[in-house]
Amino acid sequence: MRKLKEFIIEKLILISGLASIFFVILIFLFLAKEGLSVFKSVTPFNFLLGKNWYPISEPAQLGILPLILGSLIVTLGAAIISIPIGVACAVYIAEIAPLKIKEILKAGIELLAAIPSVVLGFIGMVTLVPWVKSTFHLPTGLTALSGAIILAFMAMPTIVSIAEDALYSVPKSYKEGAFALGATHWQTIYRVLLPAASSGIVAAVMLGIGRVIGETMAVMMITGNAAVIPQSIFVPVRTLTATIAAEMGEAVVGSEHYFALFAIGIVLFIMSFIINVTADLFLHKRN
Amino acid sequence: MFKKDLFILAVLMFTASAFAGNDKNSIQIKGSDTMVNLAQAWAEKYMEKNSEDFVAVTGGGSGTGIAAFINSTCDIAECSRSMKKEEIQLAENKGVKPVEHIVALDGIVVVVSPKNPVSKLTIEQLRAIFMGTIKNWKEVGGEDKTIVILSREINSGTHVFFKEHVLRGGHEKGPEEFAPGALLMSSSQAIADEVAQNQNAIGYYGMGYISPKQKVILVAKDEKSEYIMPTIENVVKGRYPISRPLYLYTNGEALGLVKKFLDFTLSKEGQEIVAKTDFVPVK
Repeated sequence: MRKLKEFIIEKLILISGLASIFFVILIFLFLAKEGLSVFKSVTPFNFLLGKNWYPISEPAQLGILPLILGSLIVTLGAAIISIPIGVACAVYIAEIAPLKIKEILKAGIELLAAIPSVVLGFIGMVTLVPWVKSTFHLPTGLTALSGAIILAFMAMPTIVSIAEDALYSVPKSYKEGAFALGATHWQTIYRVLLPAASSGIVAAVMLGIGRVIGETMAVMMITGNAAVIPQSIFVPVRTLTATIAAEMGEAVVGSEHYFALFAIGIVLFIMSFIINVTADLFLHKRN
Repeated sequence: MFKKDLFILAVLMFTASAFAGNDKNSIQIKGSDTMVNLAQAWAEKYMEKNSEDFVAVTGGGSGTGIAAFINSTCDIAECSRSMKKEEIQLAENKGVKPVEHIVALDGIVVVVSPKNPVSKLTIEQLRAIFMGTIKNWKEVGGEDKTIVILSREINSGTHVFFKEHVLRGGHEKGPEEFAPGALLMSSSQAIADEVAQNQNAIGYYGMGYISPKQKVILVAKDEKSEYIMPTIENVVKGRYPISRPLYLYTNGEALGLVKKFLDFTLSKEGQEIVAKTDFVPVK
């Protein structure tokens, strides 16, 4: 009887594990099936490097280069803002902060992670957008920069919590050894602890960026959604995610436009996949 | 225990079906963002009079409404443009037969910030501004500032109508497009908000969204014509150059509850609501 129970439970767990992999494969197959159909009407080269996105014109122009660059510039901006702040915050929490402040900070970071993106987008729209416009004397505040700032807030919790974890798991003996050799606290942090935890920190950054690339609602609300190739960070951009979200409801099922949106989904999938795999490699390196 | 679960499940299913849109006394209306306030007002008044009926209204854009209508997930599509040949074809392939009803008229207003000195433009100037050939306000009598173009997303009937009637001069299929640098906003309200706080911006939406925070531009057909203010009277007389009918689409000739609701929208009371929500009555 007990053996039977064990057997059943084992098999149930196995099925659960297989099911999740199976669903991922199904999703990917569906994406590929719908997305690859777009290449009947446009070559992959023209699709990826075309400069015009006019999906409902006759004939439709389906070039997603401005969208790819839009996504990249927002992501890059968010990374430049969030990485130094996030890593520094993690160092402070893990190494320097007294216990009380540590708890408060940790709770604060958790809270930041709990804010829904649509709320962040809305707050950004009414506070950040006018500020960006007046500070940099721009024609409009709906720019890649506004998107990058808001997304930096979204990447921060991921970066801080995982990087802090990596710093925390550096063996105590490293730190004691450095102190014994007469290093100051700061020297210990940047010469010993940071290099020792580097793989975990890189993984943290990668996962943070992964979250940024996939973010939709907030960017749709504050980047202005103009499909032009961005010359700087102070211009409106349109991201891959916002394009799918804004146009999927209207695309006629089975049209070129519909397939093109799925193909954009494939591009996004590949981007996230690369980022996650890189993060994974770094994490395993540590172990 | 098991029985109790089953009972709860049954109750849940029953309540779900009471709120779902497929039983006899409820209808789903979906589509135009321009008309959503109007349809909402109709639905409220209608439900006040017929308390046993339920009318659900959602916006999202004419294209979105038509897509839902084709997939039979709504009973009435509200549209600020007429259905395209391809869409009608697609509907018929799925066994849906769209019938068009004009329920109101709308003038599309062009708005700028109250701080902007520009107050009147010709269709030709609007065309040049929205296509990006005029890039600075000083070219149309304003200050030396870059023009920020605001447009609706492509799922919007207003976007399509504006493109065909202003940019393409009434041709459905032309080469003209909005400037690639135009900011695509997800709702009329988003355009209204941006225009209110940005004195370089120019945008367009249905008359229903006019408020004191934006300045309405007077529009002329060409340089020789008079500049016309988009008022109800001017739209009815056809003097204002950018106006259009607003449609409801039903599957086949309206029957039952759908017919009852449609008749209400065209009744005296329904048309009074049209005027109240700043649109133009057809009767």
